[in-house]
Amino acid sequence: MNNNNNKIIEVRNLVKRFGNFVANDNLSFDVYKGEIFGFLGANGAGKTTAIKILSGLSYPSSGKIMVAGYDVYKQRNKIKRSIGYMSQKFSLYEDLTVRENIHFYAGIYGLPFKQIQNRTNELIEELGIQEMANKMIADLPLGWRQKLAFSVAIFHKPKIVFLDEPTSGVDPITRRQFWDMIYRSAEKGITVFVTTHYMDEAEYCDRVSIMVDGKIEALDTPTKLKENFGVNLIEDVFIKLARK
Amino acid sequence: MRVIYYILQKEFKQIFRNRIMLPIIFVIPFVQTIVFVYAATLELKNADISIMDYDKSSLSKRLISDFEASPFFEVSKIVPNNNAVSDLLLKDKAKAVILIPQGFEKDVLSLDGAAIQININAIDGQSAGLINVYIQQIVNSLAIKYLSSDINVQINTIPANAEIRSRFWYNPGLNFKYYILPGILVILVTMMGTFLTALNLVREKEMGTIEQINVTPIKKWQFITGKLLPFWIIGIIVMGFGLLIGRLLYNMPFEGSISLFFLATAIYLILAIGLGLLVSDYANTQQQVMFLLFFFFLVFVLMSGIFTSEESMPDWAQAVNRINPIYYFMKIIRAILLKGAELKNILTEMISMTVYSILVMVFAVWKYRKTH
Repeated sequence: MNNNNNKIIEVRNLVKRFGNFVANDNLSFDVYKGEIFGFLGANGAGKTTAIKILSGLSYPSSGKIMVAGYDVYKQRNKIKRSIGYMSQKFSLYEDLTVRENIHFYAGIYGLPFKQIQNRTNELIEELGIQEMANKMIADLPLGWRQKLAFSVAIFHKPKIVFLDEPTSGVDPITRRQFWDMIYRSAEKGITVFVTTHYMDEAEYCDRVSIMVDGKIEALDTPTKLKENFGVNLIEDVFIKLARK
Repeated sequence: MRVIYYILQKEFKQIFRNRIMLPIIFVIPFVQTIVFVYAATLELKNADISIMDYDKSSLSKRLISDFEASPFFEVSKIVPNNNAVSDLLLKDKAKAVILIPQGFEKDVLSLDGAAIQININAIDGQSAGLINVYIQQIVNSLAIKYLSSDINVQINTIPANAEIRSRFWYNPGLNFKYYILPGILVILVTMMGTFLTALNLVREKEMGTIEQINVTPIKKWQFITGKLLPFWIIGIIVMGFGLLIGRLLYNMPFEGSISLFFLATAIYLILAIGLGLLVSDYANTQQQVMFLLFFFFLVFVLMSGIFTSEESMPDWAQAVNRINPIYYFMKIIRAILLKGAELKNILTEMISMTVYSILVMVFAVWKYRKTH
C-alpha cells in the first residue's frame, strides 16, 4: 500500500513555534489512504498542535503540508470540505437534542435537506438510539456523547477524519465500542488520523508514530516497532523512547 | 444563505431554551425602569428638616407653616437648644436645621435686613444645594408677601427683586422620570447588544464547539451573520418593549417619529453588537467578558450624560465622550423622545454614530479568526 499515489497526507519539515517554544520540530511523515494512523505521545508532546495544523485550525510556522491533495496554506477551504474533526474537548451542543446537533452540523456542511433527513434517520437506527434521538446532549452519558460526536464528524462522508484523543475519560467498554466504530469507518474508506495517549489503543492502528518533545522519534507498524525495540508492548517502546 | 438559516435556527433554539437569559431579557426593562424612576431618583422630596424657633412671633410661625406646606420638606419643630444642631445632623435626624433668631420679625419689619441660620448636611452636595435653594425660596417669598401686605411699609422700599419667569422647554414639569427613562432604554439596548453577544460567542469557545465550527467550510461572514443577527433582532424587540413600558407605566413623552427612533436603534445595535464581537475576539472565558465589559460599561454609562449634563463635564471628559458609544445614542434618543427632533436636527450625531458603528463592526469582523 505504500505507493506514492496513495498518499492522502504529506508532511515535510513541519515546524510550529510559539515564541521561543518549538511545539513541532521538523516533522515529516506520510499517511496513506484508508489506513488508521496513530499519533502517539505524552501530554504536551505536540500532538494537538500538529492535528490542528493538519485540519486547518492553526497556521504552521514553516514546512510543506498537503492534506487530501490540497495545500494547507492556500486551499484551506477545500481541505475543510474533505475532512472531519473531533476534539478532546467535547464538541456537541449540550442544549440541543441529538437530532438537532446532527441537523446543524450537516446543515453548515451544506448537505441537501432531504439527504440530511434520510441520513439522520439511518444513523439513529444504526446506533440504535431511537429513544435518545430527541433528548438533549446534556442528558446523555459521556460514552454516548463521544460516539455521537464521532458520527457527526464523519456525517458528511469526509476523506479523512482527525480524532484528537477521542476516548479520553471514557470507560474501557465504551472505548472498545468506539474503536469498533473507527474500524467500520476505515472499512468504508475513510482515513483515520487519531491521537491518543492510551498505549493499548496504539495496537489497533495500522501504523503509529511516537512523538517526544515535539519530534517524531519512531514511525512504523506496531509489530515492527516492538520487534525493533525488542519488547512485547507498544507501551514499552514508548517508555524506552521517552527515557532516551 | 441556507448555512445562515441553520445557524439562526440553532441560535434561537438555544436562546429560547436558556432558562436564565430569556426571562432576564424581559424582566430587566421592568426592574430598571422601576428602580431608576422610583428608587434612584434625583428629585428632592420629603427631606427631613428641623426648625428651632427662638422668635416665636407670628412671622416665624407663618414661616414654619410655609415649610410644612412644602412638598420638599418634612418638618419637625425642636425646642431651641444650640447644642442640638450638630447632634441632629450627626445622627441623620435632619438634612438641615434652621434657626430663627430672636427678633426676626422685628428685623424684617425694620427693613434693616433680617437673618436666619441654615445648617445643611452637605455630604451629598447635589441635594444640599437643592435644599438650600428651596429654603431660600420659601423664606424670600414669605418675606416679600409679608412686607407688601404691611401697610406701614411702602412697596417701593422693598429691596428690588427682578422677577424671572422661566418657561421650561421639552419637560415642562421638570419631571425627572422623563429625563431618566430614555437613558434607561439606552442602557437596556447596550446591555442586550454588547453583553449577550460577547457572552454567547465566548461560550462557544468555552464549550469547545467553536473548533468544531472552525473545521467546517463555513465562511467567516456566514458564521458571524448567523451569530449576530439574533441579538440585533432581540435588541430591537427589547427596545420596543421598553418603550411600551415607558409609555404605559410612566406615560413617557414620545414627541418624535417612531421610524427615526427605530432607525437610530438599529444603527446603534450594530455598534453595540460589534463591541460584543470585538470583546469576544480577545476574551476566552465568560468571566473575562464580564470583567472587561463591566469596567467599560460603567465608565461609558456615567460619562454618557445619563444623570448629569454632558456639557457641564470638564473638557477632557467631553473629549473622551467622542469615543463613548453610549453618549451618541443617549443624545439621539433623548432628542427624539423629548424634543421631537427630526433627522436634520440630530444629523451630526446620527452620522457620527453610523460611522462609528461601521468602524467597530468592520474592525471586529476583521479581528475574528477562524485560523489561529
